[in-house]
Amino acid sequence: MAGRDEAKKLGLTDLEYDEILNILGREPNFLELTLYSVMWSEHCSYKNSKRVLKTLPTEGPQVLQGPGENAGIVDIGDNLAIVMKVESHNHPSAVEPYQGAATGAGGVIRDIFAMGARPIALLNSLRFGNLDGERAKYLFKGAVAGIGDYGNAMGVPTIGGEVYFDDAYKENPLVNAMCVGIIRHDKIVRGKAAGVGNSVMIVGAATGRDGMHGASFASGELSDENPDQGSPMQVGDPFKEKQLMEACLELLEKEWVIGVQDMGAAGVVSSTCETAARAGSGIELDVALVHQRDENMKPHEIMISESQERMLVIVEKGHEDDVKEIFKKYDLEASKFGTVTDDGMIRILENGKLVGEVPAKSLAEGVPIVKRESRRPAFLDELNIDISKIPVPEDLNQVLLKLFDSPNIANKAYAYWQFDQTAGTDTVVPPGSDAAVLRIKGSKKGIAVSIDGNGYYCYLDPFEGGKQVVAEAARNLVVTGAKPLALTDGLNFGNPEKPEVYYQFEECVRGISEASLVLGIPVISGNVSFYNEGRETAVYPTPIIGMVGVLDDVSKHCTMGFKKEGDLVVLLGVNTDELGGSAYLKEVLDIEGGPAPRLNLDEELKVQACCLEAIKQGLVSSAHDISDGGLAVALAECCIAGQLGFEGEIESEVRPDALLFGEAQSRIIVSLVEEKLPELKKLAEEMNVKVSVLGTVKSDKNLNISVKTKGQVAGIIDVSIDEIAEISNNAIKRRVEYV
Amino acid sequence: MRCAVIQFAGSSGDGDCFHVCKNILNKAVEFVFYKESFAPEDFDLIILPGGASHGDYLRPGALAARSKVMKSVIEAAKAKKLVLGIGNGFQILLEVGLLPGAVLMNKGLKFFCDDVFVRVENPDTPFTALYKKGEIIRMPLACKYGNYYADGETIKGLKADNKIVFSYCDEKGNSTFESNPTGSIENIAGIVNSEGNVLGLMPHPERCAEELLGNTDGLRIFESVVRYIEGGKANGRS
Repeated sequence: MAGRDEAKKLGLTDLEYDEILNILGREPNFLELTLYSVMWSEHCSYKNSKRVLKTLPTEGPQVLQGPGENAGIVDIGDNLAIVMKVESHNHPSAVEPYQGAATGAGGVIRDIFAMGARPIALLNSLRFGNLDGERAKYLFKGAVAGIGDYGNAMGVPTIGGEVYFDDAYKENPLVNAMCVGIIRHDKIVRGKAAGVGNSVMIVGAATGRDGMHGASFASGELSDENPDQGSPMQVGDPFKEKQLMEACLELLEKEWVIGVQDMGAAGVVSSTCETAARAGSGIELDVALVHQRDENMKPHEIMISESQERMLVIVEKGHEDDVKEIFKKYDLEASKFGTVTDDGMIRILENGKLVGEVPAKSLAEGVPIVKRESRRPAFLDELNIDISKIPVPEDLNQVLLKLFDSPNIANKAYAYWQFDQTAGTDTVVPPGSDAAVLRIKGSKKGIAVSIDGNGYYCYLDPFEGGKQVVAEAARNLVVTGAKPLALTDGLNFGNPEKPEVYYQFEECVRGISEASLVLGIPVISGNVSFYNEGRETAVYPTPIIGMVGVLDDVSKHCTMGFKKEGDLVVLLGVNTDELGGSAYLKEVLDIEGGPAPRLNLDEELKVQACCLEAIKQGLVSSAHDISDGGLAVALAECCIAGQLGFEGEIESEVRPDALLFGEAQSRIIVSLVEEKLPELKKLAEEMNVKVSVLGTVKSDKNLNISVKTKGQVAGIIDVSIDEIAEISNNAIKRRVEYV
Repeated sequence: MRCAVIQFAGSSGDGDCFHVCKNILNKAVEFVFYKESFAPEDFDLIILPGGASHGDYLRPGALAARSKVMKSVIEAAKAKKLVLGIGNGFQILLEVGLLPGAVLMNKGLKFFCDDVFVRVENPDTPFTALYKKGEIIRMPLACKYGNYYADGETIKGLKADNKIVFSYCDEKGNSTFESNPTGSIENIAGIVNSEGNVLGLMPHPERCAEELLGNTDGLRIFESVVRYIEGGKANGRS
């Protein structure tokens, strides 16, 4: 038997140990205690976040599967649905970036095909320390290569992503991977172990001692201490996963398949107890029947190993050989190691001898929910700065060029050139735009997908920041002409036991909820990662939002690049004098501080609806969201993408640096042929959206903006587009490559 | 015209090639699994698709080259059937000796994916008859091991026999080190065998064969093959 001391060593609290005694009515043995310790870790149980996550809007007529499954599913019409999920692999990537990021991609791809869907796209969201640090360079390069090599070998294109560098992520980088799959409604499979007597099988790679206690490792702060046994790291084998995917997709065509579940964190134990809990059933299994690659593995090791590229499959009794035959075709093993029962227990045998027995539901759902203390951080009051004391710089050209030299604003081709973007022949708009667009073969439809996060805004103001990240992800879809449908959230925070961190978490989720509700974009899946702290630093509160939208006719999609000389360039939305939280202050003037830009969700909704309608009616030739770096950066990006120039005179009361580089929300730049301006104005007026002409598209590749206040020139930008592009293209490369 | 797309273990470009043959060319097409075999007369065009077969383990293409289906591919090639290897398929053709040379890791030691420009060096093949000599086309490249290499004698032979079909170049057609992301010798992007019926190339023509995807420069490779097989005014017929 294993007592309270043993429980503590495994990371269980007194309260949790008492609850286990209460559930079992006896002392657990070491195996049983180990199972509770991994299943009740934060990573598997969400015990710190559950109470708050319940407040997220998860429903809508388009939602076919909300949170609680391998991945969420949203209807896109024509009997088609999109399956999606974002997952973090932060701690493994902090230790070994290549394998950590690779297995992160591998895990989230499995979540998608576990539902029966074929994965069609990967995206990623990455955070590292500033690129002047050697460690940050190493982590960035390793993570990009790892995530790339895995997806590339799988043949799943990586079509989008974002990366941000700040020393808040120096010790604890963030690596979030998102996968999107497509499925027909009638082919959806759920992770359920139903039907007494049905067979429980493990398919794919053999089980070894890798990834021991990975879930617990992910549920604590990073330290130099090594766990006693085994390594929490996993090693990815994309070839095996590709074979596993093809085998599973072939298997899932069969009507005798009951359920499938990815074996991710906490391997056999999590997949068996979760599938049983969902079906209200139990499973009796024999660990000796699991195919293994290490010798003399103990029952608890087999139960919690996180060896990659494995799945749990539940099939009707009698079809075990059919399963084996399918997997043999792909040179993979499949072993029946258990049976579905009706007593709700996970009963573990070793060579027929009972070694442990616990209620499935108690493992999957029975963790005592933690109500953490929450306190508004005192530093929030000290972060707001008085902008009026900052003088307007004389040389605004230099400001713009400096912004484009910041890896946070610059072109990210250094990363996405390492990703296969066009495998699958569905990529209509590749990475480098606001959102990627994919066509759906055999249909006129397409989808747009984006992933966004602004941890810095959330640090300055967690509530506004939470709202902003949802709004921006949606805006990025809208500018392609896609109607946003659903989102998946990756919530990355520090240690939730610290009241200030918990406050940030609660406020960010409150912001996400409000935006999700007002914009009508429900949360259908997600992931929470706490304890993202090192010895000296905690990460910015960093919610990542992955979002998918639908285009009814993908051939009518819109892109950000200016199209034609003489087109008018028009702003939808309103410029403000907000400068707080801007990349301009932070990257150019080296001033950290808020307030983060305000977001009025009603305004946001109107601007997005207007842009969407304008694209639908064919009024505009290009559309681009204004975000980091503000209006001037956005105009430059439209010029670079279209290989054209811009000239304009903007009359405004706003100080010129705020006008050009401030990050006021709910703004979109569109371009259009002059004759269509009256129609756009009429539409905008009907929708109560402010429209103003900024200037004209020029054939000479110059960005020429003159800002006037009360008729007087207050600031001028006049830079060659080629110069901006050159700086932007080299900003990351020159920092990470040794010459 | 009947097409075969070989499915090696871990192939991922198989579906893309199948899609082009079936939905763009409207031709009969079948998958052939790598554990199977076929007769030379079964197909007119055999495509070895891209995408890391066997995870690129050992060397890209090395394990796939030893699979059962390759015996049939070699026989078909001997029988003058058309064989097209794209990306990993090109690597397999090199490993099995249907084309001379080998590939190394790209000069940047990284995976590279972006559109590249290539110059059509030889329009007198069954695969390129619909291009003009010296024409500059754009195709997506997506590989980590695209750095084609062969010894001096081989290169001399390829040049003398006009077997270099595509070379990397810039937008204006200048073939330079900078315009070639792989670092391949002589900026080679694709070659044919001495009989002209086996083409291997690193860029992906099947990914640029539709207007919706923004580029149709690759389609003429497939259309040239159709013209060659089904007749017409193809000038590449030998």
